[in-house]
Amino acid sequence: MVKVFGQFLLFLQSMLVRTERVKVIWNRTLDEAVLIGIDSILIVSIVSAFIGAVTCVQIAYNLINPLIPKSTIGYMVREMTILELAPTITSIVLAGKVGSSIAGGLGTMRITEQIDALEVMGINSSNYLVLPRILGSIITFPLLVILAMVLSILGGYLAGTLSGAMTAQEYVEGIRDTFIPYNIVFALIKSVVFAFLVSAISAYRGYFTVGGALEVGASSTTAVTHSIIAILIGDFVLAYTLL
Amino acid sequence: MIEIHNVHKSFGDAPILKGVTCTFETGKCNLVLGGSGTGKSVLLKCIVGLLKPDIGSITFDGTIFTNNKVEIRQEIRKQIGMLFQASALFDSMNVFENVEFPLKMLTPDMSRAERRDRVEFCLKRVGLEAAGNKMPSELSGGMKKRVGIARAIAPNCTYLFCDEPNSGLDPLTSIKIDELIYEITHEYNITTVIITHDMNSVVEIGDHIVYLHKGQKLWDGTKDEILNAQVPELKEFIFSSSLVRAAKRIEMEGGSLEEIRQEPSKDI
Repeated sequence: MVKVFGQFLLFLQSMLVRTERVKVIWNRTLDEAVLIGIDSILIVSIVSAFIGAVTCVQIAYNLINPLIPKSTIGYMVREMTILELAPTITSIVLAGKVGSSIAGGLGTMRITEQIDALEVMGINSSNYLVLPRILGSIITFPLLVILAMVLSILGGYLAGTLSGAMTAQEYVEGIRDTFIPYNIVFALIKSVVFAFLVSAISAYRGYFTVGGALEVGASSTTAVTHSIIAILIGDFVLAYTLL
Repeated sequence: MIEIHNVHKSFGDAPILKGVTCTFETGKCNLVLGGSGTGKSVLLKCIVGLLKPDIGSITFDGTIFTNNKVEIRQEIRKQIGMLFQASALFDSMNVFENVEFPLKMLTPDMSRAERRDRVEFCLKRVGLEAAGNKMPSELSGGMKKRVGIARAIAPNCTYLFCDEPNSGLDPLTSIKIDELIYEITHEYNITTVIITHDMNSVVEIGDHIVYLHKGQKLWDGTKDEILNAQVPELKEFIFSSSLVRAAKRIEMEGGSLEEIRQEPSKDI
């Protein structure tokens, strides 16, 4: 365990020495950001809209006390979405999608000697292949989390009003009630940390794949599992330290 | 010229290379010959810097490569072109971009037009001028090897390494690839090192041959000398091929291939 963590740190360090030109890395980062971001919009949209809707319906179902105003539903949807559901669930979804893609891609490059080809050319393969993926994730995860927040609250709005659980005015009133802007900052900090964890862990697993196609699959699976565990641990640590 | 001196390499307790010393001369096709598991690919990976020898040194035209400063190693690496066993073309790039890639990365001062000219020249040189827009997945094995060669020579490499360039190819395509490597070596005066266990390659293009057996160099010489080599392990390796055995018998005793093919195989 300690040895693996040490190797992981050395792997991260290797990205930052013998770096390629800034222009090359920047262009690669933009390419990766587009791949990670655009390809993930649909799944993030679907998941977050339904999570918002389900959250709203379930809170409405449990909120049977007539002394508690209906606007509380909107308030709770907002708080749960911004603080937890949007950043954490979105990152877990992305760990499955982006993480497996990064690990699978790098694993395939490793077993087909494409990474060796880069090294023989005198190119720092971890700097050229991994750093842009991590930076691309760090750029796109927060944007996707913001999208998830918006769609989740919209999903809650639609579910609440269409099901007749509350009026639109009550929902909006709850959404606007005692809003704390820091919660948005906290959610974005979480998304950046999760982006780093998912991309770095997945890249590490893919980069050091040994064997053939079977091992590439195993690397992807391990990458997703480890990324999700890291997200949950990171979630607790951040909540404990920043809230 | 590449000089290998007393190179040892082990993986765990298993020694793979046991003190290999040899020289690969400039402007020649230097073949490293040997059976499977004799350490040929490990030696190649040590030479190009993908593996670090436990003991020993590797020198490129007088400059020590092993254990030298990173900057010097990088400079040498920029002069290296390599054709991998499975070609190792970048899946996400088409043929043109694959060949252009080392130019973009290693020669940033080169203009786009100069790069395009160079890529077109290299693709033409390997007979693939019309395949620039194809993706690697659309190419045959032989075409992939050609693109690999074009990519290797694009930045005007001084040293060309080929890891089993004939693996997975039919005999006719193998000969064409061998001829291409041979022509390029002599045309550009490159130091070429080819890892192979193909006796056809030895006969076709082996200017200088190093025979490895169980991690040690047992013999080196030219293609004209190899058939008369008196090393038992090398003789066994060479004449395990029915074709070579037959050729040798025809040379010594006369007769035809068809007559020999009818006979049960016997030891030389």
